[in-house]
Amino acid sequence: MVVPPVAARRPANYARMVRTLLPAFSFTLILLAIAWLNPRAISYLGFSLMLNLAIPIALATIAQMFVITINELDLSIGTFVGFVGCVTATWLRDDPLIGILVLMAAIAVYAGLGALIHLRNLPSIVVTLGMSFVWQGLSILLLPKPGGKAPDWLLALMGFKPPFVPFPIVAALIIGLVVHFGLMRSAYGTVLRGAGGNPQAIGRAGWSLLRTKVVMFAMTGLFGVFSGIALIGITTSADANIGNGYTLLSIAGVILGGGEFVGGRVSPIGAVIGALTLALAAGSLLTFMHIPPDWQVAANGVILILVLAARAFISRRGG
Amino acid sequence: MSQITKLASKPWIWSYLGALVVWLAAIVYTGGTGAGGMITAALSLAVFTVIVGLGQMFVITLGPGNVDLSIPANIGLASAVAMKTMGGDDKMIAVGILAALGSGLVIGLFNYSLIRLLRIPPIIATLSSSFIVLSTDIAYGRGLQIKPPPAFADFANIQFFGIPILAVVGVLLAGIAWAALQRMTYGRSVLAIGQNMRAAKFAGIPVERIRLVTYMLSGGLAGLNGALLAAYFRGSSVDIGNEYLLSSIAVVVIGGTSVAGGRANVPGIWGASLFLILLLTMLNTFGVSAGLRLLLTGIIIVGVITAAGGHKPAR
Repeated sequence: MVVPPVAARRPANYARMVRTLLPAFSFTLILLAIAWLNPRAISYLGFSLMLNLAIPIALATIAQMFVITINELDLSIGTFVGFVGCVTATWLRDDPLIGILVLMAAIAVYAGLGALIHLRNLPSIVVTLGMSFVWQGLSILLLPKPGGKAPDWLLALMGFKPPFVPFPIVAALIIGLVVHFGLMRSAYGTVLRGAGGNPQAIGRAGWSLLRTKVVMFAMTGLFGVFSGIALIGITTSADANIGNGYTLLSIAGVILGGGEFVGGRVSPIGAVIGALTLALAAGSLLTFMHIPPDWQVAANGVILILVLAARAFISRRGG
Repeated sequence: MSQITKLASKPWIWSYLGALVVWLAAIVYTGGTGAGGMITAALSLAVFTVIVGLGQMFVITLGPGNVDLSIPANIGLASAVAMKTMGGDDKMIAVGILAALGSGLVIGLFNYSLIRLLRIPPIIATLSSSFIVLSTDIAYGRGLQIKPPPAFADFANIQFFGIPILAVVGVLLAGIAWAALQRMTYGRSVLAIGQNMRAAKFAGIPVERIRLVTYMLSGGLAGLNGALLAAYFRGSSVDIGNEYLLSSIAVVVIGGTSVAGGRANVPGIWGASLFLILLLTMLNTFGVSAGLRLLLTGIIIVGVITAAGGHKPAR
């Protein structure tokens, strides 16, 4: 059943509401577990440290969410974030003009991929897997050995300490809200989601499907760039492999946040919460629980499966 | 019949031509030296891609969204299981291969259970399970440095007049896959499901059983591949299967199988595997750096897929 995007605005039924709240619920659960295992972590400093890497993960997750909205998948986002990181730590610091031009060209490449995938009807999985080699190759050419240094303005930005609420939480809120209003509340945002939900209908209504793909891939590129820059602001130096884990993290974040693989059903705020959940679960919770490093990847898989199981259970009960 | 061959021959020829072109480019560069050795090496290495490619082909043919992303982790674990079971003992070779096959089949069963029970897209199901498999492998294979039994390692490197025995195994497996696809109820069912799952269900095809078999087949082939890779490279490692995520999907697509499902091409898998391996060989011959090699590989793969083009789903 394809539900028209308009239906999302109608009063939600019970199962739908529970599903919407599921990301927030899993996040709270992880928080409670951390509070129970290590009460001292629930503090301004604790959150700043625990959610340190949440900003780049949230940005990469939002990037991934844009392509998932139109039923595609980006398996190159991780190496792309790494590539942006390498550019940030070298050109953007030494020669900001060239750095900005290179990053804009990279976004243009993403837009071009969207056009290519639409016009030639190509599988995005294969195209982006191929592109992951391209980005990785460029990173290695640019930065054969780990190094480089983050620009000073970036270090200042990422080191910002707002009063009362830790920066990662403020940033996550801003990211979530901006994308929410852009994608969920604006007129063209509805068209973009519709291109994932029912492409034929959007096409017959006179909208260009090519343009929706180009816009969504360009947005993925843009948020990928933000993610890479934010990452370097935290790590202060770059490495060609620095972003490799982000492909899986971003997909998992979208799913944890209530997004679905088909039908243009996504949730930007959910995705941000999903990314925060992953950042907390992957880093802090597992360490507090003394889970050996060997099993931490598996623990991420298990968390993913548990959330999906809960969702399947709720959907079945709610009909 | 001639129409079918005509249709099938198009993507088929494409991948072999590509392989021929990169091979010629490489030998022109070397001035003809090592042309035969290049073929022998490519035949050996292509087999590993062919084996997982066949499994991936059946999975992808099931229809949109069906893909097995757990293959690399599966290969890694199976290589460790095989080496540990064999323990370097020639008498345990068969048992070790069976153990690797079993480990792969169990992962395939687990993948399908996730897809079926949680009703989640295969991409995310196989991705989640690959996390778990990867961790299992890291914990299980920690510090594992068992060499394959001498007879097994020798077997993986036997050649007859420049034709590696592994290539013979690969051709046999491809032959069986072709027969299964074109001549057996199983293969016809996979194609029918890929063309229209609802219609297949109404036609009385046991859709879920076929999907289960397909995911287990892909898992089992990845397991077998793990054992053979460990023999060929004389030892197992966690990242031994890493490159097969891209290559298993790429050879299926380049080989002319439709990503929309319902149309598969077995000979194309061999052609595309040879093309990918010879492409790497060519770049190595040119002496390009690691970064440039990755860059060119990516560009060429995207270019070839663009040229080969996607196919509109059959309605």
